[in-house]
Amino acid sequence: MARVRTGVRAVSAVLAAVLGATLAGCSSTGGKRAEERAAKAAQGRSAVDTPRWTFAMVTHSGDGDTFWDIVQSGAKQAAVKDNIKFLYAHDVEGNKQAQSVQAMIDQKVDGLIVSLAKPDAMKDVVAKAEKAGIPVITVNSGSDKSKEFGALTHIGQDEVIAGEAVGEQLNERGKKKAVCVLHEQGNVGHEQRCEGVKKSFKGEVVNLYVEGTNMPNVQSSIEAKLQSDKDVDAVVTLGAPFAPTAVKAAQQAGSKAEVDTFDLNAKVADSLKDGSLGFAVDQDPYLQGYEAVDLLWLYRYNRDMLGGGRPVLTGPQIVTKDDAKVLAEYTKRGTR
Amino acid sequence: MSSTTATAPEAAPRVRSLPRRVLGRPELGSVVGAAAVFVFFAIVADSFLSASSLSTVLYASSTIGIMAVPVALLMIGGEFDLSAGVMVTSSALVSSMFSYQMTANVWVGVGVSLLVTLAIGFFNGFVLTRTKLPSFIITLGTFLMLTGLNLGFTKLISGTVSTKTIGDMEGFDSARALFASHFTLGDVDLQVTVLWWIGLVAVATWVLLRTRAGNWVFAVGGGVDAARAVGVPVRRTKIGLYMAVAFCAWVSGQHLLMSYDVVQSGEGVGNELLYIIAAVIGGCLMTGGYGSAIGSAVGAFIFGMTSKGIVYAQWNPDWFKFFLGAMLLLATLLNAWVRKRAEASK
Repeated sequence: MARVRTGVRAVSAVLAAVLGATLAGCSSTGGKRAEERAAKAAQGRSAVDTPRWTFAMVTHSGDGDTFWDIVQSGAKQAAVKDNIKFLYAHDVEGNKQAQSVQAMIDQKVDGLIVSLAKPDAMKDVVAKAEKAGIPVITVNSGSDKSKEFGALTHIGQDEVIAGEAVGEQLNERGKKKAVCVLHEQGNVGHEQRCEGVKKSFKGEVVNLYVEGTNMPNVQSSIEAKLQSDKDVDAVVTLGAPFAPTAVKAAQQAGSKAEVDTFDLNAKVADSLKDGSLGFAVDQDPYLQGYEAVDLLWLYRYNRDMLGGGRPVLTGPQIVTKDDAKVLAEYTKRGTR
Repeated sequence: MSSTTATAPEAAPRVRSLPRRVLGRPELGSVVGAAAVFVFFAIVADSFLSASSLSTVLYASSTIGIMAVPVALLMIGGEFDLSAGVMVTSSALVSSMFSYQMTANVWVGVGVSLLVTLAIGFFNGFVLTRTKLPSFIITLGTFLMLTGLNLGFTKLISGTVSTKTIGDMEGFDSARALFASHFTLGDVDLQVTVLWWIGLVAVATWVLLRTRAGNWVFAVGGGVDAARAVGVPVRRTKIGLYMAVAFCAWVSGQHLLMSYDVVQSGEGVGNELLYIIAAVIGGCLMTGGYGSAIGSAVGAFIFGMTSKGIVYAQWNPDWFKFFLGAMLLLATLLNAWVRKRAEASK
């Protein structure tokens, strides 16, 4: 009994100490408060009096994916503004993604947003949605299939064009040999990006496959590549979370290669500002989510549709040191 | 336990009353769990009980369930197969690419794929019985090798990470009818995989409870040395079990191919654990010698209800894995408790 009491006393002493330290040691920079201040700038109330429709988004994202998180925050922002109930589901495997779309159709949603990374798996279920009278918009991947499947429009970036933009940037910077780091084997969009780079880049491009779900593996693979091939003067990563890792790998390997990346996040914006990254090419995921919901709303409200049957492009946008200063604030609140 | 009797091992010599017999079934705990999950989602999700939702749930369950049956048998036989998930993808890739490259009738590819997949299963069983290494290690090796082969070969042959379409080739339509068609029953649209699933469960249950081979499975899972001592062909039984997993992987793989007519080479990783989870929720013991095929079906049904129920309930999908883990723990605890009660009341 006595021992229990000393235990309780010790625990409460520790708790009190932690609480005291938290209160006394406030940070005047960064942290949750700064985030809340920034988030206040990106909120709102419903601005329309249309009925409360339900729109669902089903993507091929994995668990905890930064990029899709930003797509979602754009979609949610538009949903708030347009008085929409927004549902989200995702699965990496085409088969299960199709099942989730079917589950949304069963619920008789008023609009559907799907990504077509695995178009063949999604073909039948998208047709089913249209048969049920649910308007479908495709986002992010599958611009070539969107119209064929009968979707209203596609919102995203043409991956080959984005790759070509990177290749041209590399030419401007006088690079000779680039490594294209693919972090997801089996992703057609990624292959297209590296093909685009190959198309427009005058130097040589080597593809390097890494295991995107395992950061240490990404770092060691890039390191090994840079150590074994001294001619490499540019590393192109296909996702924002991998850019800082590539920078670390280049430092470890003692390589002078410049790291450039597809997509943005807060860390990438900071690295662009301090010059450790060359440039980023952004497809503005926030816009993809926001526009998808907003266009569905416009379609239901007024039968409007952007793009005239052609994909609506949200990128590529080359982001360099100067742009990063402006964007840093937005990346911190998770909207760019 | 002689190897010639054709009665189930858990059948005691004297005739027991019906409630006693029910209490002694491995799948009892999971049936209770399934009823609880069903009622729960029926209450929280408005659209869960509609005919189209139930057919979606049944389809999702069948895609896991077809594989959970042989995996349950294998676990009763005391072994694991971690390569089962990617084997499904391998099987689909082989038929698709063989048909396409040889410009052969799709059925030729399907046949070749059956042979190749059975060979992979045989390899697992053969290496296991020869080396005496744990099946965990051997099938982990097969899993990694297959993952690499799937990607490497597909890229080498097709030039991309997914196969080319075979939807316009001869034999595709009849193959699709067998593996990936759907039919209407009343007002429910059922996928043919549900029939495959029910058929496999029925066959596996009959084998387990009514044949000599079923007794051998229980015997090798209960204790290899004892089984060998009474004349059970241990090696043949284990190789057979691995080939049963391969056969079902072939069925699942053909379904994926015929339904989408293109296969992504990187898929299937991680599904092997779902099959094991379904078998364990259904009452299989990790140590072998105990379990049932019906239990694996109930486990797969619970999994299907949960994975789609979260969508119908309109919850945030981020929590799905948490629910899955919690359910696995609860189901296993419930199974253990029911088993204890059953043994105490014998």
